[in-house]
Amino acid sequence: MRAPAASEIAAGEVLLSVENVSLSFGGVHALRDVSFDIRKSEVRAIIGPNGAGKTSMLNVINGFYHPQHGKITFKGKTRDAMRPSEAARGGIARTFQNVALFKGMSALDNIMAGRTLKMKRGFLWQLLRYGPALHEEIENRQRVEEIIDFLEIQAIRKVQVARLPYGLQKRVELGRALAMEPDLLLLDEPMAGMNLEEKEDMSRFIIDVNDHFGTTIALIEHDMGVVMDLSDRVVVLDHGVKIADGTPDEVKKDQAVIDAYLGVAH
Amino acid sequence: MIAFGQFLEVLIGGLLSGVLYSLVALGFVLIFKASGVFNFAQGAMVLLAGLALVRSLDFLAARGFPGWAAIVLGLAFAALIMTISAYLIERFVLGPLVNQDGLILFMSTIGVTFILEGISQMIFGAEIYPLKLYPTDAWFLAEGVFPGGILLNKLDVWGGLIAGVLVAGLALFFQQTKTGRALRAVADDHQAAQSVGIPISWIWFVVWLVAGLVALVAATVWGTKLGVQFSITFLALKALPVLIIGGFTSVPGAIMGGLIIGAGEKLAEAYLGPSMGGGIEYWFGFVLALVVLMVRPQGLFGERIIERV
Repeated sequence: MRAPAASEIAAGEVLLSVENVSLSFGGVHALRDVSFDIRKSEVRAIIGPNGAGKTSMLNVINGFYHPQHGKITFKGKTRDAMRPSEAARGGIARTFQNVALFKGMSALDNIMAGRTLKMKRGFLWQLLRYGPALHEEIENRQRVEEIIDFLEIQAIRKVQVARLPYGLQKRVELGRALAMEPDLLLLDEPMAGMNLEEKEDMSRFIIDVNDHFGTTIALIEHDMGVVMDLSDRVVVLDHGVKIADGTPDEVKKDQAVIDAYLGVAH
Repeated sequence: MIAFGQFLEVLIGGLLSGVLYSLVALGFVLIFKASGVFNFAQGAMVLLAGLALVRSLDFLAARGFPGWAAIVLGLAFAALIMTISAYLIERFVLGPLVNQDGLILFMSTIGVTFILEGISQMIFGAEIYPLKLYPTDAWFLAEGVFPGGILLNKLDVWGGLIAGVLVAGLALFFQQTKTGRALRAVADDHQAAQSVGIPISWIWFVVWLVAGLVALVAATVWGTKLGVQFSITFLALKALPVLIIGGFTSVPGAIMGGLIIGAGEKLAEAYLGPSMGGGIEYWFGFVLALVVLMVRPQGLFGERIIERV
């Protein structure tokens, strides 16, 4: 368990909040009246059984889904819905449940793609590899190399990502998100399908990102041990409804949560 | 020596005419690289660009504009038309289909084909319009070496030069620029591209615009060769074997594919034609493509197909 968090975070400033968000597809209610907030520099977990609406929640936050009701406040600005470009520009980066990399490109190019918004020079200059544009490319390339070092993937930087094993693909995807230097990092099941060793590596990277860069992290995860170890606060969804919200310890003891996970005798 | 001179003439003529196929194939490659979509409408875009150009040239010439001014204005007008159509296609066809399967996008380009063909002929007319932008007379090389020299069509030479410049520019664009990287990213995964802040609608507009301008260049050459007419849309079919041989994702591949097809079909016509009754050049390219498909389905220059299981 991460010791310092609870008290500090409790007083922390709110980075993002969703209020009364409802989202449905036709007759299916993916989210019903969900409200919670994410505070600066915390690790916030979103958990729940399959189909609870966790990924839908991330998609709402980063603008892939537009909720029918509710408000999203990010960095003090309130909107009915985000747009993906707004979210990215505002500093929200994410990874995907089923790794979504640019499969035809190298690990390096994938992470460079994360720098898209940091590079401002017109493409004519880039075409000529001249002056300020060249400078900019080198600068961004340096940042990317730092990320590559940090994630310990030097050996595979030139490898086309489609050839990489799953665990490394996940790591490259994290690298691409980090390359955006996000204020809020959304991780959709960063450890799904990994073995114990890979999970430990990934946990270490997540903790390091949070500690060293102060990046706020919201993550979805099924492995309860991981969630309890990593997160400062947990929000629990079930069938699109929020059923609990609190520190890992509080949530663990919550009867509604136990029922949702284990089922109740009727 | 006579035979060798003939061989050279057929080979060079074939290579150059192959490059003209490449000009059309390039438009396909651009859109495929940037959206993973096979753009059925590329031939129709060549027709639209050609009609806009030739009709505005006629219009300006009738108003007494001097030749060069008419050409500059005509090209600008045709480029404007291609810009508008790129915008409209992104806005009303592709934009609403973000995150859809490649096959759905492909079907939508078939729709675009018919709309472009219909509208362009409705606005600009459906006759055969002669276009004269390049010299079309013959050129004799190395007359001292071979009796009669090697006959080349100047138009083909021009076409080859233009294609070379286009390819060099486009290859740089894809490999060296942030926009090029963004294009490749969008082709691989729409959502992931959006998540790193790549504006898909802008990228698609840019790529359809560039493909439209490539279509315009192809139209200037092919229009001079055949006259601007509806049958120009069938060039798209001629570009298919070029794409299969060169690979759908490779700009240099489009050129190499064109060279192979052009030289192959002309040589086959010259040497096998007499014994097989002629007409070989109409199907030879497709047979070549079939062979390549069996040996190397991604094309000679295409990206390796990698599947982890």
